[in-house]
Amino acid sequence: MSNSNFYDDAPVEAPGKTFLDSTEMVLNMGPQHPSTHGVLRVILKLDGEKVLGTECVIGYLHRGVEKIAENRTYAQFNPYVDRMDYVAAVSNGLGYCGAVEKLISAEVPKRAEYLRVILTELNRLASHQVWLGTHALDIGAITPLFYTFREREEILKIFEKYCGARLTTHAFRIGGCQYDAYEGFDREVLAFCDAQDPRLDEYEELLTTNRIWLERTKGVGILSAEDAIALGVTGPVLRGSGVRWDLRKAQPYCSYKDFDFEIPIGLSGDTFDRYVVRIQEMRQSLRIIRQAVAGLPEGPIMAKVPKVLKPPVGEIYHSIEAPKGELGYFIVSDGSTQPYRVRVRPPSFVNLQALDIMVRGRLVADVVAVIGTLDIVLGEVDR
Amino acid sequence: MPDETKDSQSPAPGQESPKAASGAGSSPAESTPAAPAAPVPAAPPVAAKPAPAPAAAPKPPARPAAPTPQPWECELTAQLKQTYGSGIREAVTYVGQPYLVVDKSIAHDILRFMRDDEKFDYLVDLTCVHYPAREEQFEVVWILYSFSQNIRIRVKTCIKDGEDVQSVCSLWTTANWLEREAYDMFGVKFAGHPDLRRILLPEDWSGFPLRKDHGILQQDTEWVHKNLGIESAQ
Repeated sequence: MSNSNFYDDAPVEAPGKTFLDSTEMVLNMGPQHPSTHGVLRVILKLDGEKVLGTECVIGYLHRGVEKIAENRTYAQFNPYVDRMDYVAAVSNGLGYCGAVEKLISAEVPKRAEYLRVILTELNRLASHQVWLGTHALDIGAITPLFYTFREREEILKIFEKYCGARLTTHAFRIGGCQYDAYEGFDREVLAFCDAQDPRLDEYEELLTTNRIWLERTKGVGILSAEDAIALGVTGPVLRGSGVRWDLRKAQPYCSYKDFDFEIPIGLSGDTFDRYVVRIQEMRQSLRIIRQAVAGLPEGPIMAKVPKVLKPPVGEIYHSIEAPKGELGYFIVSDGSTQPYRVRVRPPSFVNLQALDIMVRGRLVADVVAVIGTLDIVLGEVDR
Repeated sequence: MPDETKDSQSPAPGQESPKAASGAGSSPAESTPAAPAAPVPAAPPVAAKPAPAPAAAPKPPARPAAPTPQPWECELTAQLKQTYGSGIREAVTYVGQPYLVVDKSIAHDILRFMRDDEKFDYLVDLTCVHYPAREEQFEVVWILYSFSQNIRIRVKTCIKDGEDVQSVCSLWTTANWLEREAYDMFGVKFAGHPDLRRILLPEDWSGFPLRKDHGILQQDTEWVHKNLGIESAQ
């Protein structure tokens, strides 16, 4: 979060010239700016309206999550991970629990895995709905926000009924789930899926062929596949650039290999492609949820896990396909009850680094569109 | 709250490997005091007591055996060992996850080789682990992934406090922010990084919070002492 060195490069006064003659301008966007989706500060170097370069200043939400982990037991740290990507808390929990389960070699029962898949995919839908609503709002379409938040409310109600919390759910425990599906869970989830399908069409009706939307997104923020891989971006941003890679398929975890779904990709890597990829992903998530509800097996929901967790000495890296990309946990155990080191590989942090390359040479208004399409959550960028 | 217990007292995982090899650390500690306690009382009824003690002893073995690191043997590691010899300190897999521990001097060469020849084109993550008790205090970890082979490996190297490690920004652009974060949190310097500054913490911050000797309580006490003029907030 250090200050930029951009100001140092500000044009030196030449004889006979004033500051006003200079063609370059440094503009500060954020940290309090509605389109930065939290407290992100972007310093823009401009030539008129053209962006010559950007610099992100982050860290306003840094809470030292990794340090906290070293001072908590494995189970105590579980709720903290929800506070990173707070619009996809369930995914955070899935990644963390999966990593610790690997470390202690615990077998999660099938029913718990299916429950986890249902809730995580619902959360992916909720996360993409927040993205769509705010992204569209940023570039001038106000209606989708009301639509998406209306549907997201349904998902949050299911979460609330399942575990009592809407956002920071702490839905999973190390070894499985604490709560079984409530009475009528499958019925409500399926009813939501059936209602959601036509609503996705509704979103698309509003945007996909909308001329303003096309003008604002087509050809904006292009990221080539090579750049995407070199920058390490993952999730819909990588797939929008045409790389068919999804951890749920590449290295399946949590029974994802039981389900039939596709990985949508984009062609040109622009903002519109990433929009299409996410919309298609929502449809695929509905497909997965339907299959998981139909195949939900009976049985226990919790593995036999000791009350006091003392994983053997060793280290593990486990990652999942979170709504924003690859969310990884690198955990080092020293054999005690508290982790020796927990490193979170945050998708938002890595994806945000692509902002500069995506907006160089474009207009200021495109910066807003690109921040939206990267779908960052500052809680996860700063941790 | 015993938050601070781990800060300095707990030994580093690498340091206590002999103790760890004996399995669950609790088993010898519990059985030794129990054994001498039993013979001391001469009264006959007490003599019956030693019986439950051995019954309790086999409890730890009932746990599943801890996974052990296996040697990682494949063409790649054979080739690397041939080229670099003892520079490759370890090549093991743990719970199915392979990793290499290499000398600092050859780390960059190996990473370049991994990217160019072995197609590990995606740097997943870069981070550090601090082991204050070791001579080479910091372990730098690169997690690599290859899209074509669908394999994820880790390359690690160990450095002393104050030593540099060569930046991999020229190999993977994503290393830029990751190295800045590692510097911010651990004070590990990456030689050749274009712009090595703090990234998450304010630039006037002092210290490196993820080092093990950086205590949360100590930081809190210092802050309240300086800003509120009180001895402790605890």
